[in-house]
Amino acid sequence: MSRKNNDSLDYRPWTGPNRHYDILKEGAIALLVVTVLVVGLSALFSSPDDPALTFKGWATSSPDDFYATMVTELAGTSATATYGPPYNEGDGVSVGPLALQKWGGVTHPVDAAQDFVITPLASQANPPAELKAALDAWTAAAPEQQQKWGGDYSDALADPAGANGDATKVPAGEYGPVPVLSKAATDMAVSGAYDNALTGQGQFFQTDQTKQLLLMGDGTFMDDKATELNLQGNTWGMMNEAGSWPGQQWLAFASVWYQLPAFNAPDEQADGFTRTLTDNADAIIATILVFLLFTFLFTPFIPGLRSIPKWIPLHRLVWKDYYKKYGRRSA
Amino acid sequence: MSPETDTVEEFTPTTWTGSVRKKWLRTLPPEKMLPEHQPVYVSSWIYVFGMLTIVSMLVVFVSGVLLTLGGVQWFHESSLGRFTNSLHYWSVQLFFLFMVVHLWGKFWMAAWRGKRALTWITGVLSFLGSVGVAFTGYAITTNFNAQWIAFESKDVMNAIGVGAVFNVTNLGQMVLYHVAALPLVLAIIVVMHVLLVRKHGVVPPIDAIDPQVADSTARTAEVAS
Repeated sequence: MSRKNNDSLDYRPWTGPNRHYDILKEGAIALLVVTVLVVGLSALFSSPDDPALTFKGWATSSPDDFYATMVTELAGTSATATYGPPYNEGDGVSVGPLALQKWGGVTHPVDAAQDFVITPLASQANPPAELKAALDAWTAAAPEQQQKWGGDYSDALADPAGANGDATKVPAGEYGPVPVLSKAATDMAVSGAYDNALTGQGQFFQTDQTKQLLLMGDGTFMDDKATELNLQGNTWGMMNEAGSWPGQQWLAFASVWYQLPAFNAPDEQADGFTRTLTDNADAIIATILVFLLFTFLFTPFIPGLRSIPKWIPLHRLVWKDYYKKYGRRSA
Repeated sequence: MSPETDTVEEFTPTTWTGSVRKKWLRTLPPEKMLPEHQPVYVSSWIYVFGMLTIVSMLVVFVSGVLLTLGGVQWFHESSLGRFTNSLHYWSVQLFFLFMVVHLWGKFWMAAWRGKRALTWITGVLSFLGSVGVAFTGYAITTNFNAQWIAFESKDVMNAIGVGAVFNVTNLGQMVLYHVAALPLVLAIIVVMHVLLVRKHGVVPPIDAIDPQVADSTARTAEVAS
């Protein structure tokens, strides 16, 4: 479809026959129709509102998961502790040599062990003696010692041939204060105090939920609920929403990429190209989307793409009356 | 000299205001801005979807303003708040439905022809801006959807290096993006889009023959049939 044919009707002011048209009347009728539709749909279906998860709910219904998460925070092995920018030092994801995640630096610093475990526990007014001793021991220890305690205990707790997640079956070892701290954090969460400690973060006004959400995502509780509701990326979760609602269908162009097997390598697949694609899926898909969006934006200037409407002549349905009456130039 | 009685061409501006006025009237004279007629080819239901998109956006804005009266948690606690939230929710759903139909319609009509590329570009930007506004809307619903969407989408934002200035897990920041910054940008783009449509007029049919100069021999066999 040439853009240089300046003699065509496309470029000239229309001087042909007209039809009566009242833009404001059309707008008024459209507004009435849409308003009736919106009020009707709202009255019939309401709108989605699944309650937010709480730390109390998590620790009450899945205490083992909450406990194990506390251990990984102390060990420095949780998703947050190893995330990278903008929360802490690390590599993050990249597209080949392009590591955009690192460019912004650490702008929202998060010390997983301190922020998610130690600070909430230390915020209690009169901690039990055992907890106070555990906090003191943790604080006095060197970072290497803290990591060793946490790492050893985390390994022992997760050992499928041993405790397999059951804290009561962890064999004796040099774990320092980690078991006491993890148990105290779980008990505090069950009481509901964790929600307040993390939400307020010691301030009167607080509108930033970054730390709460990062901790919530470190366990499997929120992830399991999302799986149950078909909200995972590989089940069109980017556009779905909790319950039977339309969701964000307009995100289909982005959600479709997360369905491809190349971006869904199983966890047990340790390496390979697909593993790399999966590990860096967010960065790679974002790059693809940026490319596609620019293509979409500049469609009028892209040879071939701009001619598709002529090759697949759906437009004849739109203008069939005009073509019937006035004709159409031959291709 | 009374500018009110001059034609646009005769009017010689002596101020910035006058210059803008002359340029505005040249570009968008009243008959273009508020036309009473349209070319005869503007006769299909597909043309209605542009207007439906605009009025849906109006309902989105009005219901959104009503929601601000109660705050982001209002709809958890009150049936009136829930209904208002539902008005906002369904107007957004219809808005996107109409906009996507409008956009696809314009694609298949190759509506960027005849120096209308900027109209297309502002249309695409309107879609992208709307996606941004809707996304931040979901992020501030203070329910499980908001938790999960914020948690998951932060990875995309961090992956492309914008997490520092667009932190989806920061409710306060997302509220401001949703009710102030992004709607303002979107409104500007949409106004530009509508003005460009009015300036250039509705694109003629692909391969249309001008009725006034049509040579009957140039008409296709399709016409004869």
